[in-house]
Amino acid sequence: MNPLNIALVGNPNCGKTALFNLLTGSRQKVANYAGATVERKEGWFTTPAGRNVRLLDLPGAYSLNATSPDEAVTRDVCAGTYRGETAPDLLVCVADATNLRLHLRFVLEMRSLGRPVVLALNMIDAATRNGMEIDLPRLRAELGMPVVPTVGIKRNGARDLLAELDGVPPPVPTPLPPGTDLHAMVRQILADCVTHATPLSDRLEERLDRWVLHPVWGPVILLVLLFLMFQAVFAWAQPLMDGIDAGMGLLGEQVGHLMPDGVLRSLIVDGVIAGAGSVVTFLPQILILFLWILALEESGYLPRAAFLLDRLMSVAGLSGRSFIPLLSSFACAVPGIMATRTIQNPRDRLVTILVAPLMTCSARLPIYTLLIGAFIPHRNVAGFMNLQGLVLFGLYALGIVSALVVARIMRWRNPDRREATLLMELPAYRLPNPRDLALGLWERARIFLMRVGTTIVSLTVLLWGLSSFPKPPAGAVGPAIDWSLAGRIGHIMLPVFAPLGFNWQICVALIPGLAAREVAVGALATVYSLGSGTDTDQAALQLGGMLPTHWSLPTALSLLAWYVYAPQCVATLAVIRRETGSWRVVALTAGYLFGLAYAAAFLTYHIARML
Amino acid sequence: MRLNDLPRGTDAVIDSVDDNGSPDPVAARLRELGFVPGEAVRIVATAPLGGDPLAVRIGFTRFALRRTEAQRVRVHVAKEAA
Repeated sequence: MNPLNIALVGNPNCGKTALFNLLTGSRQKVANYAGATVERKEGWFTTPAGRNVRLLDLPGAYSLNATSPDEAVTRDVCAGTYRGETAPDLLVCVADATNLRLHLRFVLEMRSLGRPVVLALNMIDAATRNGMEIDLPRLRAELGMPVVPTVGIKRNGARDLLAELDGVPPPVPTPLPPGTDLHAMVRQILADCVTHATPLSDRLEERLDRWVLHPVWGPVILLVLLFLMFQAVFAWAQPLMDGIDAGMGLLGEQVGHLMPDGVLRSLIVDGVIAGAGSVVTFLPQILILFLWILALEESGYLPRAAFLLDRLMSVAGLSGRSFIPLLSSFACAVPGIMATRTIQNPRDRLVTILVAPLMTCSARLPIYTLLIGAFIPHRNVAGFMNLQGLVLFGLYALGIVSALVVARIMRWRNPDRREATLLMELPAYRLPNPRDLALGLWERARIFLMRVGTTIVSLTVLLWGLSSFPKPPAGAVGPAIDWSLAGRIGHIMLPVFAPLGFNWQICVALIPGLAAREVAVGALATVYSLGSGTDTDQAALQLGGMLPTHWSLPTALSLLAWYVYAPQCVATLAVIRRETGSWRVVALTAGYLFGLAYAAAFLTYHIARML
Repeated sequence: MRLNDLPRGTDAVIDSVDDNGSPDPVAARLRELGFVPGEAVRIVATAPLGGDPLAVRIGFTRFALRRTEAQRVRVHVAKEAA
């Protein structure tokens, strides 16, 4: 029997994704819709009766009258007109039982599609807790479709939905006469089927929002949250990082003993383990950062932060809507740039895409951590802050301020008379669900390790090859790497980068770092490991301890400044090309970022030398 | 009175949502989100630095609106509940 094709639809914030995770567990695949850059989430599960189901999690939409590319995808897939997508056999429309006033309107719109619809009344537990009573049989009759209660965050929360899927397939609902006043109909249905329709938890929102949206306390809370996030990235990750570091060191040592001295041993120990190992070390930091962003997103806080920052963003010519893509860019600019699709104004969207690479992404963390750990003393400031965390915070702040200034300049050069819009839901507060967080983190960890396993290992091996060959002629003096291709390339690049205080080893590391920033760390490890002689394989893994003997403080600071701006990420440039369809925008982004990087590193180096 | 003139914390009822030019996608979206005549609204917060945008409660939902968006919504202050 063919699998049953089901599409999950619903308003944003209806708990659709939690229900999707509950049904499919980890059997899901994230990709893009053909010909669009909207994220496509698909999963599989089997019902208790053995029915195979292919479940599509459609982007949240308020209406079939689409105002963004996301909503257009939802509209077309539901209608069965999206090219390359099978028309769904059944629509499962998810509505938040505590917010039926808003969500039922969309449910009624579903009736016009000519497809069977099942309504999943989600978060029914919260509705009951609030003292709401919903007359399910009557709701079923008035809506003209099956209604099942679900709880996306409980283990058995989808039981009734699964039973419905195993039962008789629901009929196609009769479409409403055109011109029906859907709001009036929703009001009537609520009056008939729901008692105590005012949720008590509203008081919780009211109380929390009094602080969170407060003109003074709101920004203070936001700053504290962001500051804690960066302290956590530095402090909590350290023990885990030390563990991975030690493990990699041990691995290199063991493999080094087992293998005969020669080219192959050098490839494995200096190339693969030193290179990829030094990048894997940063996995805990990247995961902690993603955990914070996921938790802020799940809790309903992010749109509130966007509310608080709207005014500030409008000074830069953007709206609060740009805040969420920009915050995601702290994890990675690629999903950040993809998230700009929710910005309706094309001009705002373009400017947000252009400045997103200035947000400090997690791939910069390995470099920042390495340099800060090596050059900035670990000491307390004002009793509770750590100087290293403070410098890291400063680097992030520099990226943000630069983004605002660049956005402002671009606005000023391309004035736009159209009205800037915000109009954004501030969803109910929710305790983040551990399973949803875990699935989100797992997805990130998998992507990161895949990158290490493919791009990073191949680049470090390539770099190892360039750094190892050709061998120096007999009787040559000085380290062998000086004679290699990499050494020569580094020396050729040196005149361009010497004004920034970079040495040729840094120049060499910049090349593979073009493909992915974090590779620069592995590249430095490989270059210094090969350059330092034959029996110091360990040195590669103690890169941080070694750097201060090779570099001056101004050089390190200059490299930090370089990385705040440098557009060293092929994936970002590729996603900009895909999202804007324009090579000109890609060239503009790369050009202005290189210019800023060079200028910032130059100034930093020379100012630091004078101090 | 328009929604952007409503004092914070005052209960009001929506009279209409006016189009600002035609078509006006903002007004259309406001109506879809439940800004329809007879619905109760209240401004629950105003943002720092100049009080723009507004956080508006309508039904069970809260929305962030810029003042220019809120200007489309005509309201009258609700009678004090006895």
